[in-house]
Amino acid sequence: MRLRLVPKDTKWDFFSRPVLWLGISGFLMVLAMVSFFVQGLNYGIDFRGGTTIRTESAQTVVASDYRAALVPLELGDVSITEVFDPTFEDNQFVTMIRIQAQEGQQSVTSDVVRNVQTALQAIAPDISFVSVESVGPKVSGELIQTAVIAVLLAITAVLIYIWLRFEWQFALGAVAALVHDVVLTIGVFSELQIRFDLAIIAALLTIVGYSLNDTVVVFDRVRENLRKFKKIELKDVLNLSINETLSRTVMTSVTTLLALISLFVLGGDVIRGFVFAMIWGVIVGTYSSVFVASAVLLKLGVKRDWSKPSNTGGNQFANIDA
Amino acid sequence: MLQIDLWKRVLIWAVCAFGLLMAMPNAFYERVEASNDAVAEIELGYSGNGLEEQAAMWPSWAPSSLVNLGLDLRGGAHLLAEVQVADVYEARIKAMWPEIRDMLREERASIGTIRLQPSEVDELRVRISKPEEIDRAASLVRGLARPVVSLTAAGQSDITVSSEGSTIVVALSDAEKLATDERTVQQALEIIRRRIDEVGTREPTIQRQGSDRILIQVPGIGSAAELKDIIGTTAQLTFNPVIGRGTDKDANPGPGNEVLPSLDDEGVYYTVESAPVVTGEELVDAQPSFDQNNSPAVSFRFNPTGARKFGDYTAENIGSPFAIVLDGEVVSAPVIQAHIPGGSGIITGRFAVEETTNLAVLLRAGALPAGLEFLEERTIGPELGQDSIDAGKIACIVAFVSVLVFMFLSYGTFGLFANVALILNVGLIFGLLSTIGATLTLPGIAGIVLTIGMAVDANVLVFERIREELKTAKGPARAIELGYEKALSAILDANITTFITAVILFAVGSGPVRGFAITLGLGILTSVFTAIFVTRLMIVIWYERRRPKTIEV
Repeated sequence: MRLRLVPKDTKWDFFSRPVLWLGISGFLMVLAMVSFFVQGLNYGIDFRGGTTIRTESAQTVVASDYRAALVPLELGDVSITEVFDPTFEDNQFVTMIRIQAQEGQQSVTSDVVRNVQTALQAIAPDISFVSVESVGPKVSGELIQTAVIAVLLAITAVLIYIWLRFEWQFALGAVAALVHDVVLTIGVFSELQIRFDLAIIAALLTIVGYSLNDTVVVFDRVRENLRKFKKIELKDVLNLSINETLSRTVMTSVTTLLALISLFVLGGDVIRGFVFAMIWGVIVGTYSSVFVASAVLLKLGVKRDWSKPSNTGGNQFANIDA
Repeated sequence: MLQIDLWKRVLIWAVCAFGLLMAMPNAFYERVEASNDAVAEIELGYSGNGLEEQAAMWPSWAPSSLVNLGLDLRGGAHLLAEVQVADVYEARIKAMWPEIRDMLREERASIGTIRLQPSEVDELRVRISKPEEIDRAASLVRGLARPVVSLTAAGQSDITVSSEGSTIVVALSDAEKLATDERTVQQALEIIRRRIDEVGTREPTIQRQGSDRILIQVPGIGSAAELKDIIGTTAQLTFNPVIGRGTDKDANPGPGNEVLPSLDDEGVYYTVESAPVVTGEELVDAQPSFDQNNSPAVSFRFNPTGARKFGDYTAENIGSPFAIVLDGEVVSAPVIQAHIPGGSGIITGRFAVEETTNLAVLLRAGALPAGLEFLEERTIGPELGQDSIDAGKIACIVAFVSVLVFMFLSYGTFGLFANVALILNVGLIFGLLSTIGATLTLPGIAGIVLTIGMAVDANVLVFERIREELKTAKGPARAIELGYEKALSAILDANITTFITAVILFAVGSGPVRGFAITLGLGILTSVFTAIFVTRLMIVIWYERRRPKTIEV
C-alpha cells in the first residue's frame, strides 16, 4: 500500500472562484506592503550598520542589568534580547546585544566593543563573547543596493528564460507569482519583525528559484496539453494540467518541508530566521504556482493555433525537446 | 527499449565512485586535517616532533582534499578594509620637491629665486621671482614628467604642470592617480599577506574586493582586534633631516617641512623636512635586538641604494640631527656622529621586548603604502562554530532520514532507488566541494539540507509521470521509458531556472551567501545527474533482472 498525499485522478476545479483567489492574494499583498511601509523591516547590522555582540554566560541573564551596565557608555540605541533555543544546554544563557552605528564614524572602532565587554564583565564575570560583528554604515548601504540588484536580476533573468522557452504570457504569469512570493515574504518579515539580514536575501532568491521550479513544472504540462487537446477550453486545459501535476507538486513540497522543518527545529538559532523564510517561501510558492501563475495565464490567454509556424522565436526554441 | 550502453553504465558508476572517493576524506576530517598539516610542514623542511607519524595517519595515495569550513563554522576573524589610496598622492608629490628644487636652482640665472608655497596636500606650488619666465620654468618642470606605467594609460605622463601668475602648480595626473591606486592596493594586499604569514596562521583568505578594498579572513584567531593589530599599522618608516625641536605643535614649519610629535616624550615636537632621505622600503632586514645599554631595540640593514643614500647623507651632515619617523611620530632624533657607510643601524627608543619583535616583523614585511580603514569586522568564537556544525549535522541526518522514509512509503521499490540516488547525491556534493576547494558555511549547510529536499523532485517528476503512463502505455518497460522521456523537459526547465538564481547569488553575493549559492548550485547539478542517469540505470538493471509483468510505482 502506497502513501498517497493526493487521491488518484483528482478533477478539482481550481478556477471556480478566480476572483476569490486572486482577491485573497491581492489583499495579502496589499497588507504586506502596508506593513512594510508602516512598520518597516527589522534590519540587521548588515543593512543598517552597527554592532552585534552575542554573549554566553552560565548565569541567568537579566536584560535590565545588562542595559544598566551599558547606559554610562552612551552608545545610543542599544537592544538586548535573550535568545532561547532547544539546542542550548541548561546552564547556557545567550543574549544578543545590538548597538547602533556610532555617529560620525564611517568605519568600525574596537574601542566601543572593548568598552562594552569590560562593562559586561563587571556584572557577569564568566561572560564570554562568542561572536562580535560590526558593519560600518558605508558598507551597509552598498549591501542593500547589491541585495536589491540581486533580486531584480534574478527575476529578470528568469523572465527572459521562460519567455524564450514558452510564450510571453507564461513569463508574465511566472513573474506575477514570483513578485507575489517575494512581497508576501517581506511582508511576513516586517509583520513579525524577524531580523532581516544578508542571509534572508539568499533565502528570498531561493524562494524565487523554488517558486519558479513549481510554476515551470505546471506550465510545462500546460504546454504539452495545449498541443494534445487543441479543442478544449484553456480553463479546462489548465485545470487538467494542475490536477495531473498536483501529486508531484505536493510530494516535492512535502519532502522539501520535511528537510526544512528539521533544520528549523534542530539547526540552532543562528539560521532560524533564514530557514523560516524558506519554509514560508515553499508554502507560498506552491500556492502561487497554482493560484497566481495559472490564474494570470488564464486571464492573459494563450495563442492556441500551434499547427501554423509561429513568428515568435520562443516557439521554435520550445520545440527542441517537445 | 530500456537499454543503456555498457560504456554509459561504466561511465555513470565511475563518476559516482570518483565522487564518493573524493568525498571520503571528509568522513575522517580531523585525522586528514592533522595529516595534511604535517605534510605541509615536512615540505617546508621541518622534521621531528612526531611529524612523520602524524603525516602517516592518512595514506599519501588517498585523496586528501577537504571541504574548507567557513569562518562561521570554524571561528575566526573577518575584516573588510578600505585602502586609503589618496594617502599616497601626498607622499608621491612631496617626494618630487627635491628634484624640482635642484633642477630649478640650476636655472636661477634665468628664472630667479624659487620658493615653495603652502598648498593643498596633493599638489606642489612653486613661486619664481621672475614671472615673465614662468612658461620656461613650467616647461622645465614638465620635462621631469615620466610616462605612466600602466596598460590602459600608456603614453600619458604622470604629472600635470600648470602656471598661475608667477606660480607653477604641479599635481599628479588622473591617469597616474589611477595607476597609483592600482599599485597601492596590490602592494597593500601583498604586505598584508606577508604580515599574516609571518604570524603563521593557517589558511587565511586575503582577497581584493572592488577597486580599493581588501577582505581578510583568518580562521582560528582570537578576535578581529588582534588581527587589526597585526595588519592595521602602516609601519611607514622614514629618515628625515631635522630642522628644529620645540614644544609647540602648531609652530609654522615653513613650506616643505612638517611638525611631528615625539613618540615617547609628550609635548615635544620636531620640525623635519617632509621629503625623507631614506625610507623603510629600502630595508632588507630588521631584527629585534638590544642597544649598548641593553635596552630593547630594532636593528636594520638597508639595500645597496638605501645604504648609499644613507651613507652620503651621514657623511655630509655630521653633527646635525636626523629623525627616525615611524607612522608620523618621531621615534628618536640622534645626532649624526660619523659617516655611516655600511647601511645598517639600530633604532632605539623606550620599547618593550614584544614591541621590538612586532616592529621588526612589520618592518620586515614592509610598510603598508597607505592607511587602512576598517568597514566591517566580525569575530566568531570557535564554540559557536562547533555548535552550528553539531546542530547542522543533526538537522541533516533527521532531514535525510525523514525524506528517505517518506520516499519509500510513497514509491516502494522505486522510492528505494531514489533514496540510494539521494545518498549518492550528498556524497557527490561533498566530493565536488572538496575537489574545487569550496568553503562550507552555515547557509551552505542549509543549502545542502534544501538540496536533500529538492533533489528528490526530479525523481518525483519521473515517478509521477511513469504512474500516469502506466495507465495508458503498453507494458511497464514502455511506461518507464516514456516517463523519463516526457519528464525530461520539466526537469531541465525547473532546474535551469533554479540554477540561474544560484549563479546570480554567487555573482552578486558575498561571504556566507556565496557559500549558500555554491552548495545550491552544485546540489542542482548532482541531483539532475543522479535522477536522470543513476536512478534510471538502477531501474533498468532491476527491470532486466526481474522482468516484472506489472509494476507499481
